[in-house]
This record gives sequence, C-alpha cells and structure tokens, in this order.
Amino acid sequence: MSAIEERGYASTDALVSTEWVSEHLNDPNLRFAESNEDPLLYASGHIPGAVEVDWTRDLNHPLRRDYLDKSGFEDLMRRIGATRETTVVLYGDKSNWWACYAFWVFQLFGHTNAKIMDGGRLKWQSEGRPLVTEAAIYPTTNYQAPDRDDSGVRVFRDQVLEHVQAGRPLVDVRSPAEYTGERLHMEAYPNEGALRGGHIPGAANIPWARAANEDGTFKTADELRAIYTGENNLQAGDDIVAYCRIGERSSHTWFVLTYLLGFQQVRNYDGSWTEWGNLVNVPIEKP
Amino acid sequence: MDAYPEKLAMLLEYLDLSGDRDERIQMLIDIASRFKSVPEFIATRPFSKTHLTPACESEAYVWCEELPSQSLKFHFAVENPQGISAKCMAVILDETLSGESASRLARVPGEVVYRIFGKDLSMGKSMGLMGMVSMVQACAKRYLASGHADKRL
Repeated sequence: MSAIEERGYASTDALVSTEWVSEHLNDPNLRFAESNEDPLLYASGHIPGAVEVDWTRDLNHPLRRDYLDKSGFEDLMRRIGATRETTVVLYGDKSNWWACYAFWVFQLFGHTNAKIMDGGRLKWQSEGRPLVTEAAIYPTTNYQAPDRDDSGVRVFRDQVLEHVQAGRPLVDVRSPAEYTGERLHMEAYPNEGALRGGHIPGAANIPWARAANEDGTFKTADELRAIYTGENNLQAGDDIVAYCRIGERSSHTWFVLTYLLGFQQVRNYDGSWTEWGNLVNVPIEKP
Repeated sequence: MDAYPEKLAMLLEYLDLSGDRDERIQMLIDIASRFKSVPEFIATRPFSKTHLTPACESEAYVWCEELPSQSLKFHFAVENPQGISAKCMAVILDETLSGESASRLARVPGEVVYRIFGKDLSMGKSMGLMGMVSMVQACAKRYLASGHADKRL
C-alpha cells in the first residue's frame, strides 16, 4: 500500500501509518488507544504506552441505549491521562471498526484531536512491531469536556424520517443480504436482529468493507471515489446519513466519507437497523 | 443434573475467583497460551471447510477423535492470528470436555460462553464462540447417532 500522503485523500490529518506511530511512541502529546471487539486482545499485547478504550464499558451509557454523558467522557479522558490538547491515536481489531466507532464518539464531545492508525492492530502486529502486556497508566488529568453535542455527526430516527421524505441520500453499509431483507441480521448476529427486513427507502447499499484493503488499510482516494461517487453518485456537498445495524460499521464509512473524501455533511445513524427495523409505521424498502 | 460437566464446572469456579475484569482476562489469556493447533495426524492444511465453525470470525476449526475409552478428544485450529478468545475457548473445550461421555457433551449449553467471557462480549464474538460449543455438541451427537456406545462414568 502506498504512503498515506500519496493516496490523494482530502485530508491526511486524521490518519497515520504504523510507521508514523512507531516514530512517535514517546511523544507526550499523543495518547495511543486500542479499541477492540475481542476483550482479550489488549491485555495479550498492545502498542507500548497504549491504553484501552472498551466500546461497551467506556463508550456506552451503562443503562440506556446511548453514549456516555459529559461526566462519563471526562472520567474516561482523565483515566487515560488525556487533556483537551492530547491527540488520541486510535487503533484496533477488525480493520479499525471499533477504533472508528470510538473516534466518532470522541467527536460528540468535540475532541477533534484524534487520529486512526491505518491498518489497525493486525498491520502493526504483522509488521513485527513491538507489543507489550503491561497496562499503561498515566497521571490523572482534569479533563473538562463540553456538553455532548450530537447535532454535527449523529442523527436520530425522526431526523432520518425527514431525510427520507426530503429524498436525501443514505448509505446502508450492511451486507447485501441484510440490505435486501433476505437476512434480518448480520450473519452470526441473530440477537441484534429486527422484526422487519429491508432497508431505509432510498438508501444505497455500499458495504463498509469495500473501503478497506485486505490488510485493513484504507483504499486510495481514487478507489474510494470510484465506489462512492462513480458507482453511487454521492457528492461531497450532499447531506448524507450512514447506517448499519448498531452504528459501528457505519462509523467506519462515516470516517471514510468525512476525512478521506472530504464530504462535508455526513452523519451516523447509530439507531440503525436495530431501531428502524423494529419501529412501527416507518417506510421500508424491500426488493 | 448439573448444568456443566465436572471439569468445566471446576474451571468456571476457578474463573469466578478472579477479583475483577482485568484478573479474569489475564486468567483467560493464560489459558489461551496453552493452545496447541491440531496435530498433523488429525488434519493438515488446507483444512476441510466441513470442520470450520460457522459464524466464527477467528476461523476456528474443530475435529473430534474417537478414543478407545468410548469417548472423544477434541482438536482445534484457529487461523486468525488475532483469535485469542477462540484459542482460549479451544483450550477450555479440550481440557474440560475431552473424555466426557458423548451424551453429556451433547447437552453442554452454549451460554457457557458468557460464563467464561462475561456478558460484555459483542454479538459477533459471542456467536463465534458459541459456534465452537455447537461444533463439539454436533460431534458428540454424530458419535452417538452412529451407534457408538456412550462412555460409562
């Protein structure tokens, strides 16, 4: 894969390579954070100095289906020793699914000093770079977060309904079988299913994985434009809603469209199909 | 009838001794470190897809070997280099269920995955691990269905 700077992205501010991380391991202004689906991975070995950000315990509200609140985010950032000025570099398993999810949640609190390590944990490991098992502990900070602001990058069901009625574009990043309604859930995820199958009317089906190479790195801007603009006619100025099943896969696509292609108004519908497919009396399209 | 075979129940009791999540995770990592891939006398690459666990993103394969003692021994391969939870599950299934009576194996509940790893597992991860339990159950059921006598315990 070519260097990030040579891939033609709209911005390279939010994406760093494994090599870059290797060269910045001792930078006190950075905090490396691993976010995985597999709960054993971080403790079995992580980038030296990296902390863990767990997608369930650290990012979600403990009771409601929602994300953590202002004080919860402050607690998280204080625990990992971050200040508002700290740049958090996220990486993880599964082609950075959960890293992008964490990155997106960070934006709800305006922590824009964040980056994704291209290729994630697997690329770092496959390159033979060092992994350590001791958990990194940093002095607690006094991180002060603003109130959570969902308006920029998050969208709720009523807004999605208005979006549909206005004929604006949506991207359904689930598998084709989920999109057509053949499956009510992602293969192997039966408990995150829905009562109805299909997709939100007008949504284009662009599975998230199309944006990633085999090694988990992101495709070049030309390749991404061919998929999103060439095949699906999405334009940089469009008001776009991305969704999947619970909002984690669509975080990956949200990152691609927003940072790598420079689309200006992309929001993630984290209610996604587990909400829409269970709602009463909302429109559904099914071939 | 106890929900779990004796060795598995003992393992669960041992895990419950952990003081917190970090300690439990370390216990599970230690278990995973004992993982040994399927011996060549059982299977060699490329492995037959008939032994691949459905829905397991760690690409876990499961084989059962019939032992002279009218019981089964389980062998595993985990092809995803990051499949540490699958390796842990494989060691647990082998160490606690190999040698059990087939009729007992066929009744091991898939929910044991949550007893081992906790309820915070993602749906994808839990389904893959439950799939490994299902593969063991299926081996036991096939063994019984083919007319083998069940091991007397």
